[in-house]
This record gives sequence, structure tokens and C-alpha cells, in this order.
Amino acid sequence: MKAGDGRRETGGGKNSRLSMTFARLRAQGRTGLIPYITAGDPHPRHTVALMHALVEGGADLVELGVPFSDPMADGPVIQRACERALAHDTHLRQVLDQVAQFRRRDPHTPVILMGYLNPIETMGLGDFARRARDSGVDGVLIVDLAAEEAPELTPALKAEGLDCIFLLAPTSTVPRIRLIAGESSGYLYYVSLKGVTGARTLDVASVKSRLAEVRACTELPIAVGFGVRDAKTAAALGRMADAVVVGSALVSEIEKFKSRPAVLPRKLSAKLRSMRNALDSLPASRLASPDSRPLTPVPRSL
Amino acid sequence: MAHEGYSDSMTDFSQVPDARGHFGSYGGRFVAETLMEPLRQLEEAYFRLRSDPAFCAELDRDLAHYVGRPSPLYPATRLTQAWNGAEIYLKREDLNHTGAHKINNTVGQALLAKHLGKTRLIAETGAGQHGVATATVAARLGLACVVYMGVDDVQRQSPNVYRMKLLGAEVVPVSSGTRTLKDALNEALRDWVAHVDDTYYVMGTAAGPHPYPLLVRDFNAVVGREVVQQSQTLLGRFPDALVACVGGGSNAIGLFHPFLPHAQVAMYGVEAGGLGLKTGRHAAPLSVGRPGVLHGNRTYLMADRNGQILGTHSISAGLDYPGVGPEHAWLKDLGRVRYVAVTDRDALAAFHELTRTEGIIPALESAHALAYAKKLAPKLGRDKTMVVNLSGRGDKDIFSIARREGIALT
Repeated sequence: MKAGDGRRETGGGKNSRLSMTFARLRAQGRTGLIPYITAGDPHPRHTVALMHALVEGGADLVELGVPFSDPMADGPVIQRACERALAHDTHLRQVLDQVAQFRRRDPHTPVILMGYLNPIETMGLGDFARRARDSGVDGVLIVDLAAEEAPELTPALKAEGLDCIFLLAPTSTVPRIRLIAGESSGYLYYVSLKGVTGARTLDVASVKSRLAEVRACTELPIAVGFGVRDAKTAAALGRMADAVVVGSALVSEIEKFKSRPAVLPRKLSAKLRSMRNALDSLPASRLASPDSRPLTPVPRSL
Repeated sequence: MAHEGYSDSMTDFSQVPDARGHFGSYGGRFVAETLMEPLRQLEEAYFRLRSDPAFCAELDRDLAHYVGRPSPLYPATRLTQAWNGAEIYLKREDLNHTGAHKINNTVGQALLAKHLGKTRLIAETGAGQHGVATATVAARLGLACVVYMGVDDVQRQSPNVYRMKLLGAEVVPVSSGTRTLKDALNEALRDWVAHVDDTYYVMGTAAGPHPYPLLVRDFNAVVGREVVQQSQTLLGRFPDALVACVGGGSNAIGLFHPFLPHAQVAMYGVEAGGLGLKTGRHAAPLSVGRPGVLHGNRTYLMADRNGQILGTHSISAGLDYPGVGPEHAWLKDLGRVRYVAVTDRDALAAFHELTRTEGIIPALESAHALAYAKKLAPKLGRDKTMVVNLSGRGDKDIFSIARREGIALT
């Protein structure tokens, strides 16, 4: 389907797992927790168990990385995770199988695939979208797909009910935020710092002011990630975001215990639980505080 | 001579890329969001400055007095005799300051960086020629410089590593992935994302996200413009054929671009055939790859059936790259340029032949163009003329060639 032929698909829609998850979080006044791991790391046979462990540790949805040979937006931790996964031939089709297997035990937790465009295009967008839907994937975040290039590519994904999540960055201008929000469905992922995944220069104050600008442009839920390494940073960002994404901190844990995979589910679960507890101890009234998003949408006109 | 298979006189080559940086279905801007606004700012600055007479005059001055342009168009009479066919002219980019065409681009991009108020230059490099050219302009402008280079390339191009260090650049060896040019490019992009406020990324080839393929082409097109003039003066007409090596493709597009509208000029881009196209050990995405997305643009790539980028092989570090500039991808589909490949062995033979026949030691990259020119010359015939882009000099390669040929240098 081409953009502009009168039929515009919107991805998962209001009754999707993803929308329901964010609606529930909003109703409960809670901040969502989104862990990221790279599929196939340290070995593909552990991935499904690790996904379940993440849910047990308090994940509201799971971002599963699709290994790519040239992950140019990722820091060394996730690069090495990709190399470990590719060493055991974890490619897109294997990742889809893992999601299907995860779904047999967990029909509720949304799963987002995060990766780069080339493996997806190689499978074929339409083919990928159908297989992803059949496997129980809820959405896709393609790191190197800019909003400008999206209108030619995402309709094929949205047509199968997949949400397309886009990144926002500290460098995104207001016109770009509007453009990106228009292409996105499900949620928006705000990259909290100028850098690659796992960097250590998080500036909470600047995230706060940028998020206010983003809120003025969109009603989509906003997840914040890059640089979230512990319960403290998670809580700091959790005060202003709808969800917090934690990736490299978990992948570092996998790397640390890769030779003892039996302990990995417990380690990951515990690590995530500390963040979950920190987020849940945030005052529920934060949503009504003047520096947070009001419950009623902000008017779009500026 | 019209190129076989190319007869489209309707294509307006001045209209590409389009506003979004597309060459047909190739090119574009496929990067993480953080880089989109910096790329837009770069594009805006470039469009403003390229029509600014003061900027153009400054660039022309640098090209004349710092780079040493114009470079000669040299009639290689002994080579012509030896190859027994078309008359061979060598475009002597090897005579530029720093010894390759790469300086045309870095001088231009350094001026852009200066106008953008950036204080730090970063670059990726394969053979080290682009790294040296970037370190050179950084030294001249008093800018900090960091060059990313695959560990394997650091070893096989050690003279250039030392040159960069002498020039004050920091050379960062990249040990991720296949430890060559593509991984150096990943690392440079990561650096840029993290230091986007004060840092200018000097992309070394006509690839990457828009506007790099456009501006690298434009800065190198001085080569082709000079050949347009020089061939008129020397021959009274355009050459019948142009031959250039293609890794990312900046020297080739620089030579080709001004000639694209002139259908009587045939063009050949020569990729690195490595150990042979059938072995899979090569770096020839246009010859045997297929379209995909890498490093910010859609182009021909060497990738496996899962879409993972393949490791490449070439005797020449500067051609050892699994992608190619998007304009070449477009020109291939259009049939305007013919893309071929030559093996390591043929390139090495051409390296020796030019050295002994004309007293010019070519870069191994340029030796690929020479090796194909040798095949083409007798086919074209004696009444035809051919320009081969001698994109760089071979001093950097003599150590690895000696090693390969079992000669101990102390």
C-alpha cells in the first residue's frame, strides 16, 4: 500500500496489547518499565526464558533487539551482544520464532522488536509484517529509519497491525517532533542523551524541559531511554516519562554472567525488580504536579 | 563512442539528488534521529555556501595553492605503446598534496566545518589517505582531529598511521566487526552522535547519509571539470572513455560527473575483485551485490541472505568496503556507467607495470583502474583516447607489497 492512497493504517490501534498496557499504566498512575535485551544473547536457547524473567521482574513490555552486523547507533555493550548473538546465527527469522514461543506462555506482555532496516528489508517488509504479526509481535522500532523515509515503508507494517515506534532525540526540533509523532503509533521513544546506547552522560534537567516540548506536540505515551543504568536514574526519569527503557545495564549483566547462563534469569529479574520498586515508590500524585503531563491533553496549537 | 546499452539522452544529471537526497531509489538519509537535525544543518549550510562567491573563492585558492591544482592530464605514451590500443592519459591526482584525490574533499569540508563553527574533525579511513587528508586540513586550521581506522588497516597501512600522528591527529584503532573500513565508519558515526555540538564529521567517500554523497561528489568534481578543459586543449575533444576505481566511489564520481550528460563518453567503474568474484572474497557490491541500507543510505551492498553485512576482501584497503556511493548505484541501474571488477593479482601486476613503464608508483586502489584499462585499451582501438584516474600514489603500499612478495625491508 502506498501512502496517500486514502487508506491510512494506524498500527495496533486502540485495542492492541500496547495501547491497553499504556492505558492501564495511566489509570494506575504508574510509570511503565521497558527492558531491552538482544535476542540470541548469550545464546538463542536462553532468550525466551530471559523474556519471561523480565516480565517476572516487573516489565510492562519487552523490547527485543534483532541482531545486526553493523549496529551504528549502539554502544560497545550492545555491539558485543549482537556479535554474541550472530555467532550463534540469531537472525530475524529466529527472533520471530522466539517471540512465538514466548507468546505461548505470555499472551499479555507487548513485545517490540528493535533493530536496523537491512535485515527487515531483506526478508521483505510485507513478509516480515505478516510473520511478525503471526508470531505475536506488537510493534517495531527501526533505529535507522528516519521519519522522512518512513511513508514509503511503514504502511506495509501498519497494515498488519504492527505499531511503528520512532525515536526522538535531544536534537529534534519542534517541526521534526511533529513529523515524527505523525508517523508513530503505540508510543514515542525519547533518547535522553546525545550518544549511543549505554552512554553515561544523562542530564535529567534537560530531559525534563525537552519532554515538555514533546508533550505539547503529541498525545502518544513517551518512553525515555539511553543511559538508564540503575534504580536511581530510572526513578529520576520515571518522574517525567510514561515509561523508562533500560537496555545496556541489562545486557551488561548478561555479558557478566554469560558463562553461567543458569543464573541469568534470576540476575536479570532482580536487576529489573530494583528499578520496578524505585518506579513504584514514586508518588502517584506526580501526574497532577505542575511540571508533569496533565491528565487532559495539552492543546496542539502553540 | 556511445556506451553499449546506454542511450538515454533525457536524464537530467543536474537534478539528482532530489531534495531528500535520493538518486532514483538510492541514497536518502537512514540514520538514528539524533543525527537528522545536524545533517539538515549541514545541508543548509552547504547549499548556502556553495553559491557564496567568497566561499568559492576561498576554496579555489586552497585548491590552487595548498592542494596544487590543477593536476596534470599526462599522456602515458610508453603505456599506450605497451597496451597496443587506445591512447592512455593519466589524471594525476597522485600529485596532489598528501598524494591522492582525498584532499579535494577534505579541503572543502574543512571550510564547511570552519563556517559552521566546529572545533573538532572526525573521520573514518581505510587506506589512510582520507585520514591523512583530514589530519592535514585539521593541522592547517588548528582543529582537533580524531581518525577511526580498522585494526587490520592500521597494520597494513602503517606509514599513513604515522603520518596522521605526525600531523597531530589521534588515530583510534577499531576492533569491532570485521575491523576494516565499514567498522571505522560505524565508530565515526557513534562519535559524531555523542559530540554533535562541536564536531564535524568529514565523510571520506561519496556515500553515507544525504548530503554527504552530494557534497563529496561536488568537491571531487573539480577532477572531472579539469579533464573537460584539459582534453579540449590536448585533444580538441572529449576522451572516448573514462576509467576509475570504485570503493565508496569518490574519485570515480568526481571524474565522471561533469561528463555524465555527454553520452559519447563511455565510463567504467572498477571494483575490487579480490580473489575473484566467484570466491566471495572480494569487495564488489555493484558487480554481485544487491540493494540494501547501510551507513545512512540505500545502495548496493554485500550482505548475506539474512541481511547481515558481509566481510570483504581486497588487496587494497581503500576499496575494502561492502557498500558504494548511492549515485553509482543509480548510474549502474541507469546503464550510464559500466561497473566491472579486477582481481588482486591483476591490480598488483598493473601496479608494477605502471611503475616500470612510466616511472609512476600508483596506489593499489588506482592500480585496479589501470588493470581494467589494460583490458579495455586494445578493444577500444588506437584511434580512441582513454582517461584513467590515477587517484593516488603508491608510497603507502610499498611495505605491504614488499611483505606480500617476500621482500624484507629493514
